[in-house]
Amino acid sequence: MSSIWHWFVLIGTVVSLIGVMWLLFANRSVSGEQTTGHEWDGIQELDNPLPMWWVMGFVVSVIFSVIYLVIFPGVGNFAGVTNWSSAGEHDGEALAAEKKFAPVYARLADMSGDELAADKQAKQVGRRLFLNNCATCHGSTAKGSVGFPDLTDDEWIWGSSFDAIQASVLNGRSAQMPAWGAMLGNEGVTAVANRVRQMAGLEHDAELAKAGETHYNTICVACHGPEGKGNALLGAPDLTNDRWLYGNSLEAIAETVRNGRNGVMPAHAQLIGQDKVHIVAGYVYGLSKE
Amino acid sequence: MLQKISETRVGALIALILVCVSFGGMVEIFPMVFEQTKTPPVPGLAPYTAVQLEGRDIYIREGCTVCHTQMVRTLASESARYGHYSVAGEDVYEHPFLWGSKRTGPDLARIGGRYSNEWHRAHLMDPRSVVPVSNMPAYSWLFENTLDGADTAKKMEVLRTLGVPYTDADIAGAKDAVAGTLEAEALIAYLQSLGTEMQNYDDGVMQ
Repeated sequence: MSSIWHWFVLIGTVVSLIGVMWLLFANRSVSGEQTTGHEWDGIQELDNPLPMWWVMGFVVSVIFSVIYLVIFPGVGNFAGVTNWSSAGEHDGEALAAEKKFAPVYARLADMSGDELAADKQAKQVGRRLFLNNCATCHGSTAKGSVGFPDLTDDEWIWGSSFDAIQASVLNGRSAQMPAWGAMLGNEGVTAVANRVRQMAGLEHDAELAKAGETHYNTICVACHGPEGKGNALLGAPDLTNDRWLYGNSLEAIAETVRNGRNGVMPAHAQLIGQDKVHIVAGYVYGLSKE
Repeated sequence: MLQKISETRVGALIALILVCVSFGGMVEIFPMVFEQTKTPPVPGLAPYTAVQLEGRDIYIREGCTVCHTQMVRTLASESARYGHYSVAGEDVYEHPFLWGSKRTGPDLARIGGRYSNEWHRAHLMDPRSVVPVSNMPAYSWLFENTLDGADTAKKMEVLRTLGVPYTDADIAGAKDAVAGTLEAEALIAYLQSLGTEMQNYDDGVMQ
């Protein structure tokens, strides 16, 4: 605010406050017997004093305003003697919280994944962080749902080590199952889906699976490997176990092959910070061990 | 004298009342009107793309603001959950702002990038498929309706008159960018943009 407007506000406020007090006291009647001098049709108006409770209330509110404007920002550029701001209040609160929790984070920061998974406090903190940040997709029981991995089983698409899990939370993951529908055509897609079900030991059409094997060995093998064991470095899941992120029906697998899948785990480094990622990764690491 | 005048002439009474009550207004409003202060946009703040803008209108149409705020208050518990508290510079291109006033669902000011597009699709189609305790309604029709983009360029032109820096190229390409987009995808594009400029925001204040 430029200084002209600062003075405009300051003078306006002060003059108003003095003005209302003047109006109140300069026109005060005390006797209760005098009349105002107004007369209509012979009826005179008695000049009664204002009730004391009302006058007191008025005076108290003026005093309150003055004290308020001295303590808090309100008059032009004057920040108030306490220099209060809502941002400042937040920062103080956040600083107090950081001080309170710093020893907890400091103790847990150097722990390995196994230590975190075994530590009672780490589990408690980790569970709260999980519920606040992860449960939305992975569920409050960490069992996941279609498209969102179950974290309690032993299948880890991007690796089961603590470091791999921590990297997943910290930097996120972006799965790249390409869409093969255009290239393979409907018959090719069905054939590959049958081949995949064959590898997984599920019911399948042997003839179609045989036709699909050729496709598998030229295309799918690059990421999922010749035996369908997958590759954690590429986020290519194992196709031979009974864990299926998008379902293992013929239709579901065909859909995956036809249109691809691009599951995304968002990066949490910016969202919750390194300390919390470390703890929650330890919690998730521990889930699959229970 | 004044009392006599004001009690016998109603016009004078009105005029004097207006003078009395105008002091507060003059002190509070005049400086804001005549100062022409301008809040600078936060670094990295970009106007909504054509698709995001249409998504925002779907957000308004479906009444999302009734249950979701877009305002992280200056409380440590809120910034710990959502991210940096809301600042004025975020909203310079918002016409109208969508701060909301009631949270039945969570605040959405920092939702961008927090969940995958896939999650938003599942969640809009059937919220309980991913969050079993959710009481949010399903918005399945967003997956049936597509946008034609007929009004998008006009909307952007109007926003430009309000100070949103859209270029002529933005406006010319708006219809093509929007036409054929599923309403759900436009809404998700909008949601994914919320608060992304604030992820690296640093005013020297700890979050």
